[in-house]
Amino acid sequence: MKLRRTVDQGVRVLFSANALLAAAVLVGILLFLLTYGTRAFLPSGIIDPEDLTSHPVKFTSFLFGTRWNPDAYGQPEYGIIPLLLGSLITTLIALSIAIPFGIASALFIAERLKGRLRVAVKMLVELFAGFPSVIIGFFGLIVLGPLISRLFGVPSGLNILNASLLLAMMSLPTIISVSEDALRVVPYSFREAAYALGASPWTAATKIILPAARSGILAAVLLGFGRAIGETMAVLMVAGNAPIIPRSLFDPVRTITTTIAIELGESAFNSIHFFALFALGFILFLIALGTNLLAESLIRREKRSFTL
Amino acid sequence: MKKLLITLTVLATLLFGVEIMVKGSDTMLNLTQRLAESFSAVQPDVTVSVTGGGSGVGINALINQEVPLANASRAIKSKEISQARANGVNPVEIVIALDGLSVIVNGKNPVNQLTVEQIGAIYRGEITNWNQVGGPNKKIVLYGRQPNSGTFVFFREEVVKGEYSANMRQMNGNAQIVEGVKADEGGIGYVGLGYIKHIEGIKPLAVARKPQEKFISPADEAAVKSGAYPLTRPLYQYTNGKPKGAVREFILFELSEKGQEIIAQEGFVPVTQNYIERNNQILQ
Repeated sequence: MKLRRTVDQGVRVLFSANALLAAAVLVGILLFLLTYGTRAFLPSGIIDPEDLTSHPVKFTSFLFGTRWNPDAYGQPEYGIIPLLLGSLITTLIALSIAIPFGIASALFIAERLKGRLRVAVKMLVELFAGFPSVIIGFFGLIVLGPLISRLFGVPSGLNILNASLLLAMMSLPTIISVSEDALRVVPYSFREAAYALGASPWTAATKIILPAARSGILAAVLLGFGRAIGETMAVLMVAGNAPIIPRSLFDPVRTITTTIAIELGESAFNSIHFFALFALGFILFLIALGTNLLAESLIRREKRSFTL
Repeated sequence: MKKLLITLTVLATLLFGVEIMVKGSDTMLNLTQRLAESFSAVQPDVTVSVTGGGSGVGINALINQEVPLANASRAIKSKEISQARANGVNPVEIVIALDGLSVIVNGKNPVNQLTVEQIGAIYRGEITNWNQVGGPNKKIVLYGRQPNSGTFVFFREEVVKGEYSANMRQMNGNAQIVEGVKADEGGIGYVGLGYIKHIEGIKPLAVARKPQEKFISPADEAAVKSGAYPLTRPLYQYTNGKPKGAVREFILFELSEKGQEIIAQEGFVPVTQNYIERNNQILQ
């Protein structure tokens, strides 16, 4: 009896320690990004008036600057606007493709497929979620790029459209899989009640089951968002990577993640450029945090108005 | 911890032979890999592993003492030298080959030659249509490298002489630029000499320093060697201090007759007398 209590106690301590560790790691990363990132704006180290790269970045020109050119011929510039737009535009276009297709597929798998076939299809979808992004990027470079260029008569297929299509492909499995799980946990009695009132399978699915699974589907969409905005390799390969403010779907674009990947290797350790990349990382972190908080509050509001 | 690592490295060396890690320039990647393979055939107990990443990445790795040998398609910057010194590293420079940096266009483009100034204006974004330089009415699409590339820096200092147009597509390596220009009739790109041989669908432009001077193609080996081709550049390797042991052996092999032959086979140009003398002084 006593032994069991000590084991219980031990396990409890173990689990709380794990939970605390997860929180500590998160706070640690946050502090790390914050301390490194802010050093881009502080006059730390030696400022050599001759050496333009040793001057700290002005915070306003970081937030509102429209040109990112840290390795410049003349004055380096660290404007985040083109990168931020790059990340947001590719992600939003990707999601506007992936969300309707994802939810429709999830509905189909959950409501229409039966037995082994359903399991097999679900497994395939999940298999695709773990597909290496570099292979998808390669596909974009070799197949999708020339196709886009020929189809739309544009000079180069390395552009926003290509990157967004790849991101849509990559966030689809996440959206499908998580939405399908959410749809499947809607109690069967909901369907029975709908059918008893004379609803067709389509009406039952769109008017009853889909709304009932709303919060789960929202979570799926946000996971898809996270997947898309955090993706680096595939985008690096097909986006053209010119840090401009794009004017059309066929312009090249540079995202926050690819900028960090391209430039971290060559930026000198502890240089302004190096710290500016951490500031970019911090912005990315804020975006992720923001979407999560938004999701949390949406789901909470949901629970109040709609109780299962 | 450090002692343990050293002991382990010594043990591994005794058991499996020596490993030299080379990192840096993507332009020199295939070339150095070929040299490493042939070197291992002569010296089976030494393995040379070569990775790319860009000249800046290679020099950074040398500064941080991650590799004993860095490939670079541009000279080390004075800032990098002072960083190295601060880290207790003394970069020593060897020139292993010459490159005629080639400006390429799509094979269907009727333009055959440009001056350095015209190419610069194109990459600064001042000339945006091929009809401004005697070509068809077609928008120019710029293909270039990323800032970690030595070629990116060399081209900016020698040709662009200003900021690159923000519209330039920043590609991840020479091969990607070749692919891009091959598929794009309005495209222009710059790559190492080793990347234009035996490739259909692209053509290198003849380049002149000034409009009244002779336009020279990078395929003209003698012109690259003599420096008459305007975009001739040395390809460097950097070591920490005078090269010793296996690293020295490898460099000697690269500079040997056999090594220089491989360099020519890979499309680059063997080193000239003045570089041979400079290298000899360092390797003595």
